[in-house]
Amino acid sequence: MTKNLIVIGAGMASGRMLEHLFETQPGVWNVTLFNAEPRGNYNRLMLSPVLAGDKTYAEIVTHDADWYESHGVTCRFGEKVLRIDREAKVVVGENGAVHYDRLVIATGSNPFMIPLPGHDLNGVIPYRDLDDTETMMALGARPGARAIVIGGGLLGLEAAAGMKAQGVDVTVIHVMGHLMERQLDEAAGYLLKKSLEEKGITVLTSANSQEILGTDGRVSGLRLDDGTELPCDLLVMAVGIRPNVALAKDAGLAVGRGIHVDDAMITSDANILALGECVEHQGAVFGLVAPLYDQAKVAAETLGENPAAFIPKEVATKLKVTGCDLFSAGDFAEGDGREDIVFRDPARGVYKRLVMEGSRLIGAVMYGDTADGAWFHGLIKDRTDVSDMRDTLIFGPAFQGGTPSDPLAAVAALPGDAEICGCNGICKSTIVDAINGGASSLADVRAQTKASASCGTCTGLVEQVMALTLGDGFEVQTVKPMCPCTPLTHMDVRRLIKSRELKSMAAVMQECGWTTSCGCASCRPALNYYLLCDWPGEYQDDDQSRFVNERMHSNIQKDGTYSVVPRMWGGITTSDELRAIADAADKYAVQTVKVTGGQRIDLLGVKKQDLPDIWADLNAAGMVSGQAYAKGLRTVKTCVGSDHCRFGTQDSTGLGIRMEKALWGSWTPAKVKMAVSGCPRNCAESTCKDVGVICVDSGYVLHIGGAAGLHIQGTEVMCTVKTEDEVLEYTAAVVQLYREEAAYLERMYKWMDNVGLDHIIARVVDDADSRRALADRFYYAQQFMQQDPWAERTKPAYRALYAPLADLTLEAAE
Amino acid sequence: MTDWTDIGALEDIPERGARIIKTHMGCVAIFRTAENEVFAIDDACPHKGGPLSEGIVHGRSVTCPLHNMVLRLDTGLAQGADSGAVNTYATRIEGGRILLDTAKLRRERVA
Repeated sequence: MTKNLIVIGAGMASGRMLEHLFETQPGVWNVTLFNAEPRGNYNRLMLSPVLAGDKTYAEIVTHDADWYESHGVTCRFGEKVLRIDREAKVVVGENGAVHYDRLVIATGSNPFMIPLPGHDLNGVIPYRDLDDTETMMALGARPGARAIVIGGGLLGLEAAAGMKAQGVDVTVIHVMGHLMERQLDEAAGYLLKKSLEEKGITVLTSANSQEILGTDGRVSGLRLDDGTELPCDLLVMAVGIRPNVALAKDAGLAVGRGIHVDDAMITSDANILALGECVEHQGAVFGLVAPLYDQAKVAAETLGENPAAFIPKEVATKLKVTGCDLFSAGDFAEGDGREDIVFRDPARGVYKRLVMEGSRLIGAVMYGDTADGAWFHGLIKDRTDVSDMRDTLIFGPAFQGGTPSDPLAAVAALPGDAEICGCNGICKSTIVDAINGGASSLADVRAQTKASASCGTCTGLVEQVMALTLGDGFEVQTVKPMCPCTPLTHMDVRRLIKSRELKSMAAVMQECGWTTSCGCASCRPALNYYLLCDWPGEYQDDDQSRFVNERMHSNIQKDGTYSVVPRMWGGITTSDELRAIADAADKYAVQTVKVTGGQRIDLLGVKKQDLPDIWADLNAAGMVSGQAYAKGLRTVKTCVGSDHCRFGTQDSTGLGIRMEKALWGSWTPAKVKMAVSGCPRNCAESTCKDVGVICVDSGYVLHIGGAAGLHIQGTEVMCTVKTEDEVLEYTAAVVQLYREEAAYLERMYKWMDNVGLDHIIARVVDDADSRRALADRFYYAQQFMQQDPWAERTKPAYRALYAPLADLTLEAAE
Repeated sequence: MTDWTDIGALEDIPERGARIIKTHMGCVAIFRTAENEVFAIDDACPHKGGPLSEGIVHGRSVTCPLHNMVLRLDTGLAQGADSGAVNTYATRIEGGRILLDTAKLRRERVA
């Protein structure tokens, strides 16, 4: 006797289940198959090749009409199921009811549509089925068509790559900082973005959509929350899926995020099974095909009354975004006792990261070269002890079993025409010839051959060639790397940022071969400064890569309170400003009011949550942040000068104020202090400042490179100029040269020691064109820098960050 | 025994940043890593009580803003040559909300 089986949903999971059923239990089941889409089971994973034009719909059909007919399946395609009557064991469709003995719910998932204003306009679609695919393909037929994809996950990128292949101009909008953040780490996400951009797809990360724009009921563009408007003819939303549980919920089945099922795929009703993307099993929901196929097998066994249990397995995703090689498997988060093995080959765009826990491999992310993915996946799945091959693990199975190679032997084995320096195309024999011709240091080799003189990543190789050629006569020069994340020095990294136009932290870490995934507390602030300095207006300052004082725009004190210092231009204040400061001190219970060495007033002991309020009060009285915490311009100290002093030769206070107004806000490698003294008696102590001006009767003597901290250092005279305008131009130029050339945290005097005063004079004093270009670059950057951080942070969006996330002390006592 | 309390949304914390919550047992720092994991530890460095919530977050570690002691967010242990530890509290994320196990933070009040 045959039994009635109803299946709701003709997707890949239920299709696989039917195959098992007909194979293992032929003739047992009389199947009715409902499907809301007007077609049977096709391979949804192949929609992307259809979109890209590589395949046709006919080629991706899994079950055609003949198949359904030969297995006696009653197909009710294009018909929606209205409800399930569990009492009567009946499924009611639009065209009538059917009785069941067993019911399988395989309703899959619904695409999630962000409820942005305008999401219901024509031309706003998800990417889910053949109809969506055909809509996107039709767009390709229109010349100059533009599409926006919201969502930088796998599906969104497939949609973008497919439409690009159809000739559509595509922009991807992704809310997170890097693409596919759930499968890839930042470095791999960066490579993926770069490769998509090379294909001509525009990718905007950290982009928040605000409103979908429309004309006459049809989509015409998208506005982001920063005000950017992007025009488009079609908007595809691919931000995720939600299990489709509506029918099951209405029928009173137990439903959480998905339909609850046990290990046998049975729902809370013993006659009803569920499988696929609509189910929730032990708290997990499913989106990849492998576990769904396992569920299909279990469901078929359960229907045949055979015991079977679904056991979730380690899932690896080998991701294929048209033309980009990606692989991610296991757990790649960092953790205690976990160690990373990172391999980067910037020239080939390859990134590999293995995550080890003890003697086992637990995760792998790969980009660019995923050939060994299956092997790594096997090691993860089988929990293989890999301690014996750890040294060479990242090179894959081909390298296992041999003895670890001697790096010098490998270099020795290179033929003479092997390229050592990729930037300048220098091969091994050229370097060997130079060494045999007398070059005995790295600097000599660089000077004679240019090898390692550009980006510096081949320095290690060049040194190995030297060690081989010179034997014991060569000592590897010890250079201090920037931090434990990289063998490169600060200067190497700065050179690379400019020469390779690296404009994000992820780009620097990838292209320079960082050995950690997101740097450390030492390199991140430095990189943030370099990027900010070299790409003004392009690079976005990263608050989370700043030390606390610069992030909070106040100086942290030993008890966790902060000190607040308003700017007093040139050390000049007014009775109104002093009153406002006194009021603020009272209102916020300031512990100590201190006059600083930089001629201004420090309010010490302000609580973090009071900072936005005290700033707002001081802003209201016309004062801005004194940036007493910044690696930037602190103060310009002045004496009273010719206004009052009987010895004063020039208006030193006026000039000091002009300088401070021109130079404030700029970020520099370390703090910058300045002073202007009205006569050589030097009351403003100009000769121990980073830039000091001493006024004389005939003009202004410019001093640079002084300091009075850990190290006491008198200034050197750079030059003498005639006018205040010249003082400003020369000062801007020397500060800009320092900004561009110094290592992070290096005070001006140290930089001067390294490059020499002559170099500075040549660039700033002797060469007028160079000076003007430097000053121009400085003022160009200033337009992005001169914003009072206090005013910015008293706005509501920022204010919240200064308050506790929650206050559990306010909850009622139990 | 656990006692899960909703303390806010994941997006309320900047990526690689932290926020604090006030409790009867002192401030607890809630961290969000680049991988969108959330960890809760006492907001006081074992060295000199520095507010760890203001430190730079890298991987699963934070560097104290006062004197650069590095602590693991998941174990609360000091790294490198330093020794010391802070209390850790279990967290989980559900539908974008952060849940904190407040059992350890209430115990003394109930008694």
